[in-house]
Amino acid sequence: MAAAPHALAGEVVSARIQGRRADVGGTLFKYALLGALLLTIAVLAVLLYSQVDRGSEVLTGRLGDFITSKYSSLSTRAGIKQGINGTLTIAAFVIVIAIPLGVGAAVYLEEYAQKTRLTRFIDVNIRNLAGVPSVVYGILGLAIFARALRNFTGGASVMAAGITLAVLVLPIVIITSAEAIRAVPDSIREAGFGVGATRWEVIRSHVLPYALPGILTGTVLSVARPSARPLLIVVGAKTGFFTGGDLGDLRDNFQALPSQIYQFSRLPESTWGANTAAAIVVLLVIVLAVNSAAILLRNRFEKKR
Amino acid sequence: MTDLPAREPSRFSVEDLAGSPNRVRTERILRSVFFAAALLSVLISALIIASLARETFNFLAEVEYGNLIDEGWFPRRSQFDVLTLFIGSLIVTVVAMAVAGPLGLAAAVYLSEYAKPRVRRVLKPALEVLAGIPSVVVGVFAAYVISPNVVQRLFSEASPTNLLAAGIGVGVLTIPLVASVSEDALRSVPNSLREASYGMGARRMTTSVRVVIPAAVSGLVAALIIAVSRAIGETMVVAIAAGASGGSLRNVAPTDSGLTMTAAMAAVSPGSGSDQAKGSALAFPSLFFVGSLLFLITLSLNIVADRFVRRVRQRY
Repeated sequence: MAAAPHALAGEVVSARIQGRRADVGGTLFKYALLGALLLTIAVLAVLLYSQVDRGSEVLTGRLGDFITSKYSSLSTRAGIKQGINGTLTIAAFVIVIAIPLGVGAAVYLEEYAQKTRLTRFIDVNIRNLAGVPSVVYGILGLAIFARALRNFTGGASVMAAGITLAVLVLPIVIITSAEAIRAVPDSIREAGFGVGATRWEVIRSHVLPYALPGILTGTVLSVARPSARPLLIVVGAKTGFFTGGDLGDLRDNFQALPSQIYQFSRLPESTWGANTAAAIVVLLVIVLAVNSAAILLRNRFEKKR
Repeated sequence: MTDLPAREPSRFSVEDLAGSPNRVRTERILRSVFFAAALLSVLISALIIASLARETFNFLAEVEYGNLIDEGWFPRRSQFDVLTLFIGSLIVTVVAMAVAGPLGLAAAVYLSEYAKPRVRRVLKPALEVLAGIPSVVVGVFAAYVISPNVVQRLFSEASPTNLLAAGIGVGVLTIPLVASVSEDALRSVPNSLREASYGMGARRMTTSVRVVIPAAVSGLVAALIIAVSRAIGETMVVAIAAGASGGSLRNVAPTDSGLTMTAAMAAVSPGSGSDQAKGSALAFPSLFFVGSLLFLITLSLNIVADRFVRRVRQRY
């Protein structure tokens, strides 16, 4: 390196300031922290590898068959079609119910609400709802959507499960959307009001478009996560063999990938292990694809601003 | 606006400035629609409490109280020793925090204080991917990978499904949560504090440990409390990796299989495929009873955590 004299001088000065002794403790500390982070990521890698490895027999042997056939009591013929159908239908329910309601509530709290006691109560309530364990939401789904409203939902149906999951993610959607709306600079709103727009007109054509990327990525991340929650068992996902579970049977018995994996995992490991692992790989592919799409989207928007 | 009658400025009234009645009406309607959406969350809370309370009262009215503190947790035989479940939950939570606490905090300090932006852009999404792994997957991983390869190697007497493996699994699941909440807390410490520390000649490590971490401590505590609340409420990992059976009176060995509150709830649920809910008329209502306890515990933890988070926000 053909260092210019002043750069060399800079190095000398910084060496003087930092002292000659190597900072052993500091370096160790730094690598210990990095090690903790890498260990966590290594666990993730081992997890992925172990499931692909265990499921390889099914994944290479009969993947097409596996995802297109229904449950069977024979492990060599069992498939996860009903699980995939249930998961897709539940996701549709979540998107149709939770996103409009969640964004609407966030708009009210951020744009309309005055600082009253009621507003504060709603705010605290939403934050507490976000911390309620999903098993408890399962009880809500069982008692209200699968039992009290069974004439409407058809009992322990995919509709009951879908509404329950929509209720579960609602507080998370509200919180992430409210954060995105809060990040919209006030100058944009003031410009709108300045030319005589009403509050709704400002929201519709300025606030929401500006906040949309944040709302979308936050929502996608939060919706993809709990689509795999134990409450499906509590609400009453069907066990064992059953007919139905087709796309569009909203009020029929249902199965979803997470609960199906749970039930596979309780069957004898020697014959069902490969099926369990293969179902896990399918679920992970779906979840990871949706998640990474959301993360990539966010990184792109972050760079733009 | 050309057809406005020429009027003297002083004759303009408030009505002229109010806009067309249509716009005003749309405004009013939408405002109440959004308000209804916000109120819905209150309705959901009320429904949760109502659906828990009703069956819980039925359960408490009919159960023999002697059965609540004796024999262990065997719903088929009307034995409901809640303490057995508490101990199971406690063991899993302690193990989970022993894993997630140090790893999550260390990852957060690295990401916030050491990582260059380029490194951060790679490592942070990796953590977020881990956060997106469904808990049922971690449960199977804990039961078939962690249990035989880690736990049973260290403790030869450990049973194939055990609370220790379940705890480690729950820990893995909560690392990203601890890391992201703590990182937010650390990053909200103003740079002026770090600069002051560097200005005094402190090293980066001294700055992190003596200045940044103490300044963010209430946020870090909140992260740990939220993680505890999540660990207590985690169901699938425990139901799969801890065996979802056992329930013998107040077992305290982490290497045995056992039950937690959540796993006991999953076991008597309609979709669990087990027959634990049969045999006793009270087995199924016990789901609601344990659910109420779990709800109260996590609610109080979350309220405490919220206090701590608020304290960080107010200071900076």
